[in-house]
Amino acid sequence: MSEALTAAVEMLVRLDPKLVEIVLLSLRVSLSAVAISALLGLPVGAAIAVGRFPGRQTVIVLLNALMGLPPVVVGLLVYLLLSRAGPLGALGILFTPLAMVVAQSILILPIIAALSRQAIDDAWREYEEQLRSLGARRMNAALTLLWDTRFSLLTTILAGFGRAAAEVGAVMIVGGNIDGVTRVMTTAIALETSKGDLPLALGLGMILIAIVIAVNAAAYLTKELAQRRYG
Amino acid sequence: MNQGSILPLRLAEVSFTVGGPAIIDRVSLEIDAGPSTIILGANGAGKSVLMRLMHGLLAPSSGRIEWSSPERPGAPRKQAMVFQRPVMLRRSAYANVAYALKIAGILEPRRGALVREALDSVGLSHLARRPARVLSGGEQQRLALARAWALHPEVLFLDEPTASLDPSATREIESVIKAFDAAGTKVVMATHNLGQARRLGDEILFLDQGRLVERAPVVEFFARPKSEQAAAFIKGELPWT
Ligand SMILES: Nc1ncnc2c1ncn2[C@@H]1O[C@H](COP(=O)(O)OP(=O)(O)OP(=O)(O)O)[C@@H](O)[C@H]1O
Ligand SMILES: [Mg+2]
Repeated sequence: MSEALTAAVEMLVRLDPKLVEIVLLSLRVSLSAVAISALLGLPVGAAIAVGRFPGRQTVIVLLNALMGLPPVVVGLLVYLLLSRAGPLGALGILFTPLAMVVAQSILILPIIAALSRQAIDDAWREYEEQLRSLGARRMNAALTLLWDTRFSLLTTILAGFGRAAAEVGAVMIVGGNIDGVTRVMTTAIALETSKGDLPLALGLGMILIAIVIAVNAAAYLTKELAQRRYG
Repeated sequence: MNQGSILPLRLAEVSFTVGGPAIIDRVSLEIDAGPSTIILGANGAGKSVLMRLMHGLLAPSSGRIEWSSPERPGAPRKQAMVFQRPVMLRRSAYANVAYALKIAGILEPRRGALVREALDSVGLSHLARRPARVLSGGEQQRLALARAWALHPEVLFLDEPTASLDPSATREIESVIKAFDAAGTKVVMATHNLGQARRLGDEILFLDQGRLVERAPVVEFFARPKSEQAAAFIKGELPWT
């Protein structure tokens, strides 16, 4: 055990190329997914918060429920879509990083949409009369609220990233954990542990934990700073 | 009235109800350009709700509210309101005023001067760069006034604009409100400060439990209140139990 730990630290220190490659792919996939989800999720969240349409309550409940979507289920669905016989099979992207980005985007889109909806809804309650008094239309109000809740939204995006970086089920199924192609931190840890290559698994585990801690610290600090600076 | 004016404002049998007893109960009145109108009444009498109805933030449960030239949705508003609890956006004091001007369709090159003038008129120029939400309650109240004033509205609704201000700031704000009035803005204001009502008002609307009980010129209202409720209110025997 302590041997494995020493080996893991040693790998980290000399930036083992294999380890670096896996970490970089992980970041590439999860950051792409979070970017896509934010681009779609924030406007959706704002629209639901500010909009008034039939079935709004249901949409909110569903969105909140989708936050708890199990990664393996998302993986399975995306797999079915992208597999050769599936409706999007012709794209031929199954077992590529792109498929992993798609799966993670679907996984965290509801998280970003639901959490931003909540933040913007709260702000709308507070601002509505003032904004309507000034003559702001809904579209305008939504943009104003997106900007005014920017720090909460950043926290939301970081939460999405944390979830993406740490999940294993979806990327395992649609990526296939192919060495050098679709192997990311979480799938590598799963595989190396079962193979008995503990140093690599441990090294990756430490990096993963460091990333998760860093993301949460960043989220906390942003909110704290913003609160102090902007009230 | 002058062309394109939104005044007079007419309320016909306006009621506002949410479940229980009427919060505003069959109020009919006409608000004309010119004299400053002060709304008086005990806590919960319905002053804020009445102003929200007039300003178009609430829809009456029954009755009609008509401006002489109706507002087109999306067009810049000719009326503004300062709320009892103003809401500031998460940006600087300056940007809060500029935001209101932007919504009103005033283009960038003209905004700067208007913002500075408005901040200056409430004595907040030195805090222009400060995030609005960290300003003190009184400073936020003044900023809200500046934001409304920057729009140069035809009608300005003020809901207890000096409630959280110290005496010197109150005097300052009163002189600002007088200046608005002198500049031709119609002021409609709720207040609990009877001295202020005397100093700033031309006519009084007295509300009691959602009903418009009395409407009279200021001097007459305080010297010879016609209703029992108004007489009691003036004496400070507020019957709020
Ligand atoms: N949206 C609402 N739903 C239900 N009740 C309301 C609503 N708005 C106001 N009320 C009630 O209507 C009554 C009048 O409220 P309003 O805020 O107009 O009083 P006010 O005269 O402005 O009092 P104050 O002097 O304390 O500001 C209150 O009893 C309040 O609880
Ligand atoms: Mg009130």
